[in-house]
Amino acid sequence: MGLFYVIYLDFMRQINIPDWLIIILWHIINFCFAAVLLIFIVLFLVLFERKYLAFFTRRKGPNRVGLNGCLQTAADGLKILFKENILPSGADKFLYFCAPLLVFSPIMAVYCLIPFAEDLTAYNSCCGVLLFMAILSLPPLGVLFAGYSSGNKYSLIGGIRSCVQSISSEIPVFIVLAGIVLLTGSMNLNEITKAQSGIFLNWNIFPSILGFIIFLICSLIIMNRIPFDFPEAESELTAGYNSEYSGMKFAMFFLGEYALTFIFSAFIAVLFLGGYNPPFGVYAADLLNLPLISGAIVKNIEQFFWLMIKTYILILIIMWFRAAYPRLRQSDAIEFCWYILIPLSVFNLFILCIIQFIRGCL
Amino acid sequence: MNSVNTNIMEINIGPQHPSTHGVLRLKVTLEGEKILNIEPVIGYLHRGMEKMAENRNYIQYLPVVDRIDYLSGFFCSYAYVNAVELLMNIEIPIKAKYIRTLTMEMNRIMSHLLWLGCYLLDLGATSPLFYAFIEREKLMDILEDLTGARMMYNYYTFGGVKKDIPVDILKRIYDFAKHFPSSVKEYEDLISDNPIFTSRTMKTGILAKETAEQFSITGANLRASGAAKDLRKDSPYLIYNLLDFNIPVKQTGDSYCRYITRINEMKESNKIILQCLDRLLTDENDNEINLKLNPLSIKPEGEVISEVESSRGLMQCIISADGSSNPLRIKWRTPSFYAAQLLNTIAKNHLLPDLMAVFGSLDIIMPEVDR
Repeated sequence: MGLFYVIYLDFMRQINIPDWLIIILWHIINFCFAAVLLIFIVLFLVLFERKYLAFFTRRKGPNRVGLNGCLQTAADGLKILFKENILPSGADKFLYFCAPLLVFSPIMAVYCLIPFAEDLTAYNSCCGVLLFMAILSLPPLGVLFAGYSSGNKYSLIGGIRSCVQSISSEIPVFIVLAGIVLLTGSMNLNEITKAQSGIFLNWNIFPSILGFIIFLICSLIIMNRIPFDFPEAESELTAGYNSEYSGMKFAMFFLGEYALTFIFSAFIAVLFLGGYNPPFGVYAADLLNLPLISGAIVKNIEQFFWLMIKTYILILIIMWFRAAYPRLRQSDAIEFCWYILIPLSVFNLFILCIIQFIRGCL
Repeated sequence: MNSVNTNIMEINIGPQHPSTHGVLRLKVTLEGEKILNIEPVIGYLHRGMEKMAENRNYIQYLPVVDRIDYLSGFFCSYAYVNAVELLMNIEIPIKAKYIRTLTMEMNRIMSHLLWLGCYLLDLGATSPLFYAFIEREKLMDILEDLTGARMMYNYYTFGGVKKDIPVDILKRIYDFAKHFPSSVKEYEDLISDNPIFTSRTMKTGILAKETAEQFSITGANLRASGAAKDLRKDSPYLIYNLLDFNIPVKQTGDSYCRYITRINEMKESNKIILQCLDRLLTDENDNEINLKLNPLSIKPEGEVISEVESSRGLMQCIISADGSSNPLRIKWRTPSFYAAQLLNTIAKNHLLPDLMAVFGSLDIIMPEVDR
C-alpha cells in the first residue's frame, strides 16, 4: 500500500481507532478520493473541451458564468440536478433505471486501478490490466439496456450499434494488451509503469508504436467519440441511446463519457507513455535531497503531475479528432476493426515477441 | 409468439429531427440499418404563399416573397419582381441590373455556405459549420447595412431596387470578395481530401443524368450529374451575358460531386461579384436605380413565366393577371420540391447513416418545398 498507508495507519493508531475500522475507512477514503477526483476532472474536461473546440473554430466558448466561463459546467451540472426525470410510457422501468448506473459505476470503479503515483493507487491489483478491460466491458451493456428499455426506435438502434462496436473494438485491444504484458512481464499497472522507468526511450511506445496507434483508435471506439460516435450519432439517431433520458440519468451518461475519455487516456499513458515516470528519469525531489517523508510526498506529487501531463496530451489529441473529422459510417468502422486492426495487432504482437526474444538473448 | 415481422422496422425521421433541415418527415423502412423504402411527407411548413397573393395587391405581396426561400430571398424576390416587370413591359435601369446581379450572387454564396456547414454537420463534423458561418456572417452584415434586414431583404422593387449601394458598402463587398477565395481554399483543405468525408460521400446517392431529367431536377444537383444546364448561360437574364464565368459540371452525380459543384459555384459567384463591382465602382455618375413607379399604377394584365437560376436550381414565378390591383393567381415552381422526391430513388438500399449524407447533399430547404 506504500507510504500514504503507513502515514495513515500511524495516525489512526495514535487516535485509538480499532484495526478493522481502519481498514474499512482506508477503502472508503480511497473511493472518495477517486470519486472526488472524477467529478472534478469531468467538470473540468467538459469546460476544457468546449474552450478547446471554440479555439479551433475561432469562437470564444463559454465566457459568461464565472471568470471567463470557468463556472459554466458547474452551472450546467446544477441545472441538470433540477431537471424533471421523465419516464417514457413504453419504457421497461427496471432496465431504464439500471442502465445509467451500469454505464457510470464501472467507469468510476476503474479509477481505483490507475496508478496516479507510486503510492497513489487505490487498488493495486495483480491483474490490473485484465481487470480494467473486464470492468470496462460493462458500460456497452448499460448502453444496450438503455437503448432497449427506452421504448424508442432511435435508442434501440443506438444500443445495438454500441454492442456491435464494443465487440469488434475490444478484440484488437486485448491483443495489443497481450503485447504490453509480454514486454513488461506483469499485469499489474504499477509494475508495468516501473518497467518503463528511466528515460523516455524505455517507454513501451517505442517497441510498440503500432500497438499504440491501434489502441488509440480502438479506445476512441470504446469511448464513443467522433469519428466513432455511432451510438449517439445526432444527425441520424437524434441522441441515440440516451434520447429518452433526462435529468440526472442523462447526466450519468454524459459524465460517464467524459470520465471514460479521461480514464482511457490515463490508461494509455500508463501502458505506452511510461505512466507516472518523468520523461528523463530524473525527479526534482531526488535532486533537492529532501528528507525521507517530505521527499517521498514531493516525488508522488511530481509523478502525479507527469501522468496528468501525458493524459492531457492524449486528451488533446482525442478532442482534436472531434474538431477535425466527420463521423464514419459504422459498417466501415467495423470492417476496419476486423480486417485491418485485428491482423495489424497480431502483427504487432509478433514483432514484440521477436523484440522480447532478442532482449532475452542479450 | 406473435407473428409480427421483427426484421422490418419503420421509423419516422422528422418532422422534428436535427438533420432534416426544417420540418421534412421521412417515413423510412429499415431492415437492420439497410433502407428499404423512404417516403417523404411534406407540408409541415405550408404557409399558403400562393393563395396569399390573391388577396394582396402587387406591392403588398412583395415582402412575403422573400420568405419562400429564406436562405436566398433575393432569388424569389427577383422572380416575382421580374414577372411583374415582364407583364408591364418595362426595362429596368442598367445600374439596377448590376445591383440585382451582385446581390443575387452574394446570396448564392451565403446559401451555399450555409449548406456547406450544415452538410458537414450532418456528417458529424462540427468545425466546418463555424468556418462557413464566419464568411456568411460578413455577407449578412453587409446586406444588413444595405437593405436593413439580414434574411428577408425586401430590397427589390418593381422597376429597380429600393436603395442605391453606397460606395463604402461596395468597398466592403470588394474586401470580402478579395478574401473569399482563400476561405474557400481553407474549406477545401479541411474537407475535400478528408478520407472519412470521401468514404462517406463518394459512390453514395448516385443520381444519373437521365433520372435527374425525369425528376425535373435543376441547379447544382443536375450539374453534378453531367448536364451543363444553367439558366444564367442558357438564356441570360439581367447582365449575365456580359459577364465572364463558368458553369461547374461534374459527371458522376454522387454526393461528392454535388459538394464539389457547389464549392466551385461559390468561386464562380465570387468572380461575378468582382466583375459587377468593377462596373459599379468605376461608373459613379450613374445614379438611376429605380423607375419610381406609382405603386397604385401596377395593374398588369396577361400571363407570364419569370425564371431565375436560384442557389438550388430553376425557380419560376408564374403570374396570371387580369388588370386589377391583385394578381389573379400566382404559381411558384421551386427546385427543392423536385429534389425532395428524389430520395426514394437515390438513397434506397443505402445504410441509415447514408440517408443523411445523401439527403444533405441535395440541399433541400423546407420553406421552399411547402411554400
